[in-house]
Amino acid sequence: MKLLNYTTTYFAVILVFLLGLWALIFYFEILDEIYDSMDDGLDNQKMLVIRKAKQDSSVLKKNAFEDGNYIITPTTPEFSKGVTDAYRDTLMFMENEEEYEPVRLLESVFQQDGSFYKIKVVTSMVEEDDLRKELFFSLLWLYLGLILTIVLLNSFFQQEAWKPFYKLLRRLEKFSIEKDNQIEFEDTKIEEFQLLNERIDRLLRKSVESYKSQKEFIENASHELQTPLAISINKLELMAESAELPPEQMEELGAVLQCLERLTRLNRSLLLLSRIENRQFAETEKIDWNALVKQIMAEFEDFAAHREVKIILSEEGNIENSGNKDLASILISNLLKNAIFHSPSDTSVEVSISSGKIEFKNPGTKPLEKSRIFSRFKGAEKENSTGLGLAISKAIVDKIDLELIYAYSNHKHHFNLNFNI
Amino acid sequence: MKILIIEDEKDMSQNMQATLEKENFLVEPVATYEEALSKIGVYDYDCILLDIGLPDGNGLEILRTLKDKGYSDSVIIVSAKDSLDDKVHGLELGADDYLPKPFHMAELNARVKAVLRRRKLDGSNLLKIANVSINIDSHLVAVDGEELELNRKEFAVLFYLGTNQDRLVSKSALAEHVWGDYIDQTDNFDFIYSQIKNLRKKLSDKNAGLEIKAVYGIGYKLLVP
Repeated sequence: MKLLNYTTTYFAVILVFLLGLWALIFYFEILDEIYDSMDDGLDNQKMLVIRKAKQDSSVLKKNAFEDGNYIITPTTPEFSKGVTDAYRDTLMFMENEEEYEPVRLLESVFQQDGSFYKIKVVTSMVEEDDLRKELFFSLLWLYLGLILTIVLLNSFFQQEAWKPFYKLLRRLEKFSIEKDNQIEFEDTKIEEFQLLNERIDRLLRKSVESYKSQKEFIENASHELQTPLAISINKLELMAESAELPPEQMEELGAVLQCLERLTRLNRSLLLLSRIENRQFAETEKIDWNALVKQIMAEFEDFAAHREVKIILSEEGNIENSGNKDLASILISNLLKNAIFHSPSDTSVEVSISSGKIEFKNPGTKPLEKSRIFSRFKGAEKENSTGLGLAISKAIVDKIDLELIYAYSNHKHHFNLNFNI
Repeated sequence: MKILIIEDEKDMSQNMQATLEKENFLVEPVATYEEALSKIGVYDYDCILLDIGLPDGNGLEILRTLKDKGYSDSVIIVSAKDSLDDKVHGLELGADDYLPKPFHMAELNARVKAVLRRRKLDGSNLLKIANVSINIDSHLVAVDGEELELNRKEFAVLFYLGTNQDRLVSKSALAEHVWGDYIDQTDNFDFIYSQIKNLRKKLSDKNAGLEIKAVYGIGYKLLVP
């Protein structure tokens, strides 16, 4: 939910309750006030009628509401005793509306010339259902008006105020630490946003800095490791050559050499990753991907044969583009090697080239974890694997604007290189 | 044959010297830019192994000096693998080859011999071991004058082992040399065994006087028994 909608929703809900409560209180207050003034009016009317009766005794004979708003009926002193003024609501037929309408009625007694009379004075009363209806609709319009005002205010003022925030969000969305693009911060007068910008700027700078120094560290470390590794391997090779060692010791020496070579490969892969990420493969030339795949397949032919894995190539289309050939070769050889390496013997790796896509398929027992396979050292489960092959492949596709997608179906791992992105 | 090694890393230099001395080359190692300049001013070398990153100067300057003065010494640049610029510049300046570090001693040996052969072996393009002769240009192999048919990889294996005759060639050195740059990421080089097996069979069928001996766990050695 968007921030602005969120506040508007809150306002809408709160206003329902606030206005409802306010309407209730207002309704009873106003009703009370109406009754009060009506009752005062009735009291006054009564006194006027009584005074009139004193002057004109015919008034005392008026016992129907035909042309006035009062009736007088004679009563007994017994009845009159203890009677006080009583106000009550009742219904009365109204000629104009042709129905019974509520009226306010005052009942009282008075004495004139020794006789007791009962007087009833009426006045037409406010129609409560009409009042409620009116009130309800007025409130509804008020409520809608308020909500509309809030929405409009939000869209004009709030959005204006939150503009720096949304700009920052959009920039953060596009930010990628590998791409080394700086975020530009919009100037804002709002203190909170200034603080936010400042903090995010500092945070980003720190992250970029540590990312860079981490990268440099890996680069320098692997660079510095190269020479001692090479020297150790060479010395052992020379030693194996000159010393007349018994076969067991020769085997031991061979094992040490293999470990050192593995270390060298690992180191080389790390260096390669750094070089790819530092964009040190700048030269571009035309690449015929079909030819490249075939060439690398030929290089891996013996390796595959040794692992008893067949490589089946199907070409349904040709792919040509321009790019760095070294990177392209490393990419294809890594994917092919990966497929061969992780296939059980007596199975086959399928490579299919169609327009805009190269697909590598090899048999598997269960899908790999998508989030992990392209991370460094995460994919490797087999002994002797550097665990960097797919990380390198991913780094390459990111640099040369291809897409590498992993999928699993029909007991096969699929690695798809998409060229149309 | 005289070889000058310009390399500041002492152990590296020692390894290179030991390897090349086994091939009966006369080897002189120097460790600095200054030393190197004074040596090349005085002596002629058949081959110079030149490290680019020297403590007191850039090895490429030495190369430039050599070429400016018109010396004909062959130069192989030895430099860290990730310095592509060194390779490009070095070859532009007239270096004969570029050997990225780290390298196997067998590879160094092969490169030096190839450079020397290109420069000095006036016309002789044959490598003869016992009754086997390997024609480097035409890639033809003959045993006692009778042609031995080898596929591309078998030839490359035989030639590489032949260049490093009596030397121990590790499996990874052989794999990288014969199977190309990208094979070095395959973590197990046992697959080269099938080519070796075929090669051995073809050689023994023709009664070749050489043997490819496996040094268990490390690699192979080509011997004349």
